Parts: sequence; structure tokens; C-alpha cells
Amino acid sequence: MSAPTLSDAPTSREPRSERTYPAYSRPLWRRALLTREFAVVALLGVVYLYSFNEVPAFDGPLTLYYLFLDIAPILLIAMPMTMVIITGEIDLSVASVVGLSSVLTGVLHQDAGLSIPVAALVAVLVGGLCGAFNGFLVAYVGLPSLAVTIGTLALYRGIAVGLLGTTAVTGFPDRWTDLAKQRIVEGSSWPMILVPFLLLLLFTTWLLHFSTFGRGVYEIGLNDEAAHFTGVNVELTKFWLFVFAGAVAGFAGVYYTLRYGSARGDNATGLELQVIAAVLLGGVSIFGGRGALHGVVAGAVLIGVISSAMRLENQTVNLINIVIGVLLVLSVTSTSFLAWASGLAAGRRRARSTDRSRTSSG
Amino acid sequence: MSTALVNDPATPTRGARGTQLLGALLRSRELAVLVVLLLIVLGTTLKSNGFLFSSDGFRNLLVTPSLLLLLAVGQTLVIVTRNVDLSVGSVLGLTAYLTGRLFADNPGIPVIAVFAAGLAMGALLGLVNGVLVAFGRVPALVITLGTLYIYRGIFLTWAGSDRINASDMDPGFLALGTRSILGIPVLTLIALGVLAAVGYYLHTARGGRELYAIGSDPDAATLYGLRVTRRVLVAFVLSGALAGLAGVVYAARYGTVSSGAGSGIELQAVGAAVIGGVAIFGGSGTVWGAAIGAFLLVTINRALPIVGISDFWQRAVVGALILAAIVLDRVLANRQERRLREQQGSSAAEAAPPGPDGPPVPAGPTDPTTHHDEEARA
Repeated sequence: MSAPTLSDAPTSREPRSERTYPAYSRPLWRRALLTREFAVVALLGVVYLYSFNEVPAFDGPLTLYYLFLDIAPILLIAMPMTMVIITGEIDLSVASVVGLSSVLTGVLHQDAGLSIPVAALVAVLVGGLCGAFNGFLVAYVGLPSLAVTIGTLALYRGIAVGLLGTTAVTGFPDRWTDLAKQRIVEGSSWPMILVPFLLLLLFTTWLLHFSTFGRGVYEIGLNDEAAHFTGVNVELTKFWLFVFAGAVAGFAGVYYTLRYGSARGDNATGLELQVIAAVLLGGVSIFGGRGALHGVVAGAVLIGVISSAMRLENQTVNLINIVIGVLLVLSVTSTSFLAWASGLAAGRRRARSTDRSRTSSG
Repeated sequence: MSTALVNDPATPTRGARGTQLLGALLRSRELAVLVVLLLIVLGTTLKSNGFLFSSDGFRNLLVTPSLLLLLAVGQTLVIVTRNVDLSVGSVLGLTAYLTGRLFADNPGIPVIAVFAAGLAMGALLGLVNGVLVAFGRVPALVITLGTLYIYRGIFLTWAGSDRINASDMDPGFLALGTRSILGIPVLTLIALGVLAAVGYYLHTARGGRELYAIGSDPDAATLYGLRVTRRVLVAFVLSGALAGLAGVVYAARYGTVSSGAGSGIELQAVGAAVIGGVAIFGGSGTVWGAAIGAFLLVTINRALPIVGISDFWQRAVVGALILAAIVLDRVLANRQERRLREQQGSSAAEAAPPGPDGPPVPAGPTDPTTHHDEEARA
């Protein structure tokens, strides 16, 4: 946001006052297009077109299908994670909840003899409970979410591994494992998991961008004290967001189990980092208060497209990790680098007119 | 955050009594973890004598934590400045592989050179983190998350399906992993030496005290004229170098380096620091606490199977411990805050009549109170 505003600076020669209204001083199309989110969408378009034309077999019928199957857990969890990060908190425990829910689905189905839908429901509920525990500690006890969720990351994963050891539950009914891999329309490249994802996306979009609750979420991220005084229930908002994240992670765990047909304690290890990478790549500020869902979806799909394109080019997963890591670092440093560069330019300009200019730029 | 302010041992202006009180409370924090550690060792030893009294058991008790201890010490340096370094696991893997590669490619290379190479490599990787964090003005969490991917990717690309075995390495180097001096394993001595040096630096050196100041309030530190950028950079370089050293130690201890080396250990390092009383929002905590935390984590892992809990539950116990530690921190901080307010309330009442040198006194009470309100809500 700040980069385009500051690039406007050259037009006004006078020492500008620090107080500007960047979002509404520009026409609508510039506000919509000159954003971090749109940069990610554009990058996704470029990478997709490039892969489509240059990477052999990328235009094949299976590419998109597997791409969506693979990134579905990331896409799902990225929705609540976006909101959690916008409030300025973070949830590192989601991947462990995925693992726990996966194990529960397996154990409840095999040992307790529950049918898959019931087991899945219990798993989602337990996911919500895990989230509620995080939320309680963060929102009501007031502990830093980073520390809390590092603790529950180990705790939930430990319970998952403890329940099942190194064994795996397999042998789920074909009906359900097929459902996880089914396509919406036979022959299309859109897997069935996109249906719940789109519903979730609609819900989250409404919640974050078109509801009072969502405005509160942004406000908390910008200044939770101010949010408190404008009547936002900061604690309750944070609490429910963690519950939301836990429940969605629980659902992702069920999907993960059925998709691969095996419930293991170490399922989805390290997924939390991929989710956070996707969210941050999508332009959500880790400081909170900034971000939009279309950027996050684009960020997650971008990671998926890059991975599948590189895999088709016979690159190893290691190189893919490097590229994702570099992208993440570049995307977060680019804004501050641009701000720094234009701040430097502005500072030099101001230095000519006034002497005491540099003090404010630091 | 306010914990950081209140806990900070770097505020000597509050008068001798206050400092003593703070000191005592801080000591008790580390003492508490130490007591838990000793209880665990005692309990496990009662269950099985070999845990402590067999020569092997005693050695393991000391050697196994040395790796995590190095990482936890480095992590403390970074966390104290209100940052975090998640890339240490990848740095460890990369330097462990570098160590093996150096021995495999240059037979007869002196052990000292390998240690130097590991340290230099780690410091370089830490420098990259530090430059990005300090100049990019981006939270360390994000940057080091990115470099975690990048470093591990580099490690795996470099290593491929290759695997370093004990036969590739210098026997003299591997002997470091088993040799002891005066009954204390060499690797533990290395770790303790590092601990002592960093502990001394943080406790007394100006640079170390500045790290606490930066973590307590970065803006205030900048206004005060501290070289925040440079100090943070140094903290990351040190953390990287210690992770590099840990990589060399890893190679010496285990003799093999496979692609999984060090993966996931970064969270253990953060966990050890947190358990040892290092506040995640900076400005508070000591390396002694982090070191005890590291010992505790590793010892619990080894003790659980002996007392009959399947070692699959280890991670759950570790998680519960981390949570318990931060909750305990909060409780202690609240109690301490209340005590400080009472104390300052009375001293402010006494100091009010004389008047002229008022400013420092009111500055004290307002500070914790405002923070307390903020925190009570948050």
C-alpha cells in the first residue's frame, strides 16, 4: 500500500504532511489494482501461462487435478489462518491438529467401529476443541500466541503419535476414499474437495470482508486497544478465530486421511509452515491489520503451480522448497525495501528544503 | 511484552531492594526448572539405577543435551532481542553435512579447521538472516521461516541421496564424541564453555546488556542511541555460528549425517528457551535458564521410557511442559507486578512531599500500571 502512495510523492514538491489517506486519495481502479494482492494474482497468471506454454505436460488433464488435490489442505487452513494473522496472532499448531484429527478418524473408525461420517464429525469437533484451548490461552489468559502454539504444536502432535505409535490405520471403505479423490464432473480436472473449499471461501469472504465481525478483526490487528474502545470484543473474536482454525484443520485432517487412505501420527508434519508461507505470500501482513482473501488464494495456488511445474520439469522437492522460501523472503522484504528506497528518495528531497528531515524517516 | 519490561534485570534504577527482589525472583525461576530437572533425574534413578549410576547412563545424561544446549543458547541471544531464529535446524543439517563432506573430500584435514569451517558456515547463514531481518524490517519469524526452507533445500540438493557415514570421517574427530576429560564428555565441555562465555557476555558486557534493552523496547533503544541494527545483526550471526557449531558436534556425536539431520529441532530450541524462562517477546531471561531447559527437555525424553510411558508420548509431555512454563511465567510476572506496584505506591507516597527529584519515581509506577491494564485485557 505504502509503495504506490510514496511513488506519488514526486508530483507534490512541497514537504508533505505525514498524514495522508492513501486508500481513498486514488481512483477506484488504482486502489483495486495497485495492491500487494493483485501483484500476487498477476504473478500467478504469469507463472501459470509460462508453465502452460513452456513446461511439457503441464497442459495435461491431470495437472490441475493433482494440483488441487495436493494444495487442498493448505487452501482450507489458509482461510482461518488469514483471519488469525490479521488479528496479529499466529497459529503454529494447525498441522498437529491435522495429524491428530487424522489419527482420530482412523482410530475411531477401526477400533471404535464408528462409521466414517461420525468419526469425521468427532475429529472436526476435537479439532475445534484444540483450537478452543489455543484460543483460551491466547485470548483470555493473555499469553503470546507464538509461544502457546509452539507448545500445542508439540502437545497435539504428541497425542496423535502417542495414540497410534508408528503404526498406521489403513483400509478405509472405498466409497469414502474415492469421494476424496472424486471429480466434481467426471472428466473435468476439478476435484470434489473444491466444493467444501469454495463454500468455506464464500463463508470466510463474507465473514472477513462483509461483516462487522470482520471489520473487528482488522481493527484488532491495527490496534487492539482502540478496537476494544470501539466496542469490539477482542477476546471473544480471537477465541472464535482459533476455534475456527482448529475446526478447519480437523476437517483438513479427515480429508488428508481419506485422500491418502492412511491415518498416521506424522501426517502433514510441517504443513503449518506451508500454510503460513501461502498466507504471507498472499500479502497478509504478519504485523496484523492488513490482507485480503483473494491474495491468499492466489498465494496458495501459486505455490501449488510452482511445485507442480517444477516437478514436471523433473526438479526435486528440495529445489521447490528453495524457490518457495526465496519467494516468501522476497515478497515480505519487497514492501519494506520499496518503502525504504522511496523513503530515502523522499528524505533526500526533503533534506533540500528543510534541515530536520531525516529524523522522521527512521 | 510487559513481562519483559518488568522482569528485565537490566533496570538497576529501581533501588537496591527492588533489584534484589527482582534478582531473587529471577533466580527462583531458574531454580524451579532446575528442581524439576533434579526431581526427574532422581525419580528415574530410583526406578532404574542405570539411569544415573552406570557410567554409560551418566555420560548420556551429559552428552545428549549438549547439542540442544548450543542451539538454545543461540536462540536465547536472538529471542532476548525480540526476534526468533527458526532456521537453526536447517543450519545444523547443512553444517553437519559440510563437516562430513570436508572429511570425505580432504582426508587428514585438521579437526580444528573443520570446527572453524562449521562456525564460519553457520555465521554466514546467520548473517543472511540478520541482514534480512535488520535491514528488511520484517519480523524474524517470517524471514527465518523462509530461510528454513531455503537452507534445508540447499542442504538436500547438495547432499542428494548421499549420506555421510562414520567411515568417511576422521577417527580422531569421532573420538571427540566419546572421549571424556575428568569424567565429563568433551562435547559437553564444549557446550558448557560456550554457555559460560555467552552467559558472561549477556550478563556483564555492554553489548549483552544492550540486547536486553533492545528486546525490552526497540523504539526506546533506538531513541536512546543504541545501535539496534548492528546488535540484532550480531545476535543472528552468533545464533547461526552456534547452530553451525552444533552441526559439527552432531557429526562428531552421531557419526552419520543423513538428510533428516536437525529437522524440527528449531522448535525444541525455542521450547527449551521458553521453558527456561526466556520471554518470547524479548528483554528477559538468561542463557542459564535456557540451558537448564534444554537439559530438562532431553532428560525427559530419555526418562519417559524408563518410568514406563511409551516414548511416543514424549512430544505431548514436551508440549505440556512448554505450556506450563509460559503459564507459570505469566503467574509469576503478575505477582511480581502486584508486588512492585504496592512497593512503588508506598515509596511514591513517601517521596511525594520532598518533591524536586520527583520525575524518576512517578515514571516507575505509571509504566507497569499502563502495561498491566493493556495486558489484563489482551
